Amino acid sequence: MWELIQSNRRKSLILFFGMGALLILIGYVFGSFYNPESGGAVGVFFAIILWMILSTISYFAGSKILLAISGAKEVTKEVHPQLYNVVEEMKIAAGVPYFPKIFIIDDPAPNAFATGVKPENSAIAVTSGLLSTLNRYELQGVVAHEMSHIVNRDILLMTFAGMMLGAITLMSEVFFRGLYYGGGSRYRSKSSSKNSGQGQIIIMILALVLAILGPILAQLFYFAISRKREYLADASAARLTRYPEGLANALEKIANSSYKLRSANKVTAPMYIVNPLKREGMKLADLTSTHPPISERIKILRALQQGVSYKDYQKVFEMIYGKKEKIIPDSALKESIPVAPVMGLANSDKSFSPVDAKREANDAVMKLNNYKFINCKCGVRIKIPPDYNQPIVVCPRCGTRHQLG
Amino acid sequence: MIYFIIFLVLIVLIIFFFVSIYNALIRLRNQVKNAWAQIDVQLKRRHDLIPNLIETVKGYMTHERQIMENITKYRSQAMNAQTVGEKAQAESLLSGALGQLRVQVENYPDLKANQNFLALQEELTATENKISFARQNYNDQVLMYNNKIQMFPSNIVAGMFNFKEEEFFEIKDQAEKEVPKVSFN
Ligand SMILES: [Zn+2]
Repeated sequence: MWELIQSNRRKSLILFFGMGALLILIGYVFGSFYNPESGGAVGVFFAIILWMILSTISYFAGSKILLAISGAKEVTKEVHPQLYNVVEEMKIAAGVPYFPKIFIIDDPAPNAFATGVKPENSAIAVTSGLLSTLNRYELQGVVAHEMSHIVNRDILLMTFAGMMLGAITLMSEVFFRGLYYGGGSRYRSKSSSKNSGQGQIIIMILALVLAILGPILAQLFYFAISRKREYLADASAARLTRYPEGLANALEKIANSSYKLRSANKVTAPMYIVNPLKREGMKLADLTSTHPPISERIKILRALQQGVSYKDYQKVFEMIYGKKEKIIPDSALKESIPVAPVMGLANSDKSFSPVDAKREANDAVMKLNNYKFINCKCGVRIKIPPDYNQPIVVCPRCGTRHQLG
Repeated sequence: MIYFIIFLVLIVLIIFFFVSIYNALIRLRNQVKNAWAQIDVQLKRRHDLIPNLIETVKGYMTHERQIMENITKYRSQAMNAQTVGEKAQAESLLSGALGQLRVQVENYPDLKANQNFLALQEELTATENKISFARQNYNDQVLMYNNKIQMFPSNIVAGMFNFKEEEFFEIKDQAEKEVPKVSFN
């Protein structure tokens, strides 16, 4: 596992500097386009500034911003004991010393994501819809998947990749806006008075190509990274829980949900366990989707009958896809321990009560909104809104008078 | 002279090799210890929950005295167990008794609706799961450590410095093995 983390760190570093180099190149070309004499230097200057600002922000506040725009609220054990316990279970299974912060997003669409630059300050966010849709084993599968992103250090990689996508999109937008407001005409009159024609035409073509293709390539690159991460996190989740069926069922339920996540956008979409923007079954899937098709992920998980080690996952992947793509890094494949899956929990959904789960999820959201809860001796739970200002509340079942405050 | 240098380099290499194996063994042994501590924490947590459970259930269950007595008995057995094997044995008895309680609880709809009991149920389920995940992690660590001790060339270093193989935390009962995650729901 350690080598896997190392290789991910290396990738983050390469991505970080590669992105810087690319931004500087784009800055130079765009700058030269507007002013052949000194524009290149100005463009490089702005590109470096942009790169530095974005890196700093995403490193120090990226996860906070992401959580804030998703409307996530931090929860304690008190708010949703089951969610808290499941996260702790996965922490123990992974044998790691850190405990991610837990957030709930009040949204009926079931989904989840993990974020944070370092595992020590990482966070797992789930929607209230997820809590009311999944049984305990399925929730465990989803949390294991997110925990794997944290343990494998995917979150840093994804943060930098998302930042790169944002920066390149921003720069080409600025470029086109400049073109629209007449930057190009200034350029043309200047270039005709000086006779450095041919080089300038090349710069011009290069700038246009970069402006059009840059964002698309960045997006494809981002998606390619996140797709592979998803498979790896599925594999790790199966290994952690020893119960691939849990995650498979969860993915199925999430895919079949008719709700649409309110707060997702192009940059945050790849962070989620299931792409919140696209419907399953679209055939554009191969290049432009941020995630592998859910049906394929479910099929692989369900085929893990013999074992749930990384080796088994890779084997099943090749069997189903019929092609030899490396999903699991070599270091993880070397693992020699056979890992048997837990079977015989197939009926776990029978004991799942959607009514109870929904009540639990609602209670959690109410607690996040400062409702007070009193458990009466008779078993009734009394929920008191934050603006309730009487000193006493009476239990509707047994009539016990509860003192407030 | 040249032979002397070669000899010296060889010695240094061998020492370096030994030290790195020794360090790896120490690291693995510490990981095993740490994993065991995790199990211990969860087992203790389960033991601490049992008095609460008995307190909550007492009023509802007058006929299932035997189960409650067994739970109390196995709890104290488990708490007094010394070796890994003894502990595994007693804990599996305790798991079984707690499982029986689950079956009984189905007959008491009022108890099932009691918020305190529901919260306690979640805690017990979570603790059972934590025990089984901690056990899983512990056994993985023990396997890696034992492999290192048995395999060449690290077995030489292990023998020299008296590294002993660790015991797996195994549940003997076959039924318990098939469904390691106890659920009250
Ligand atoms: Zn009452």
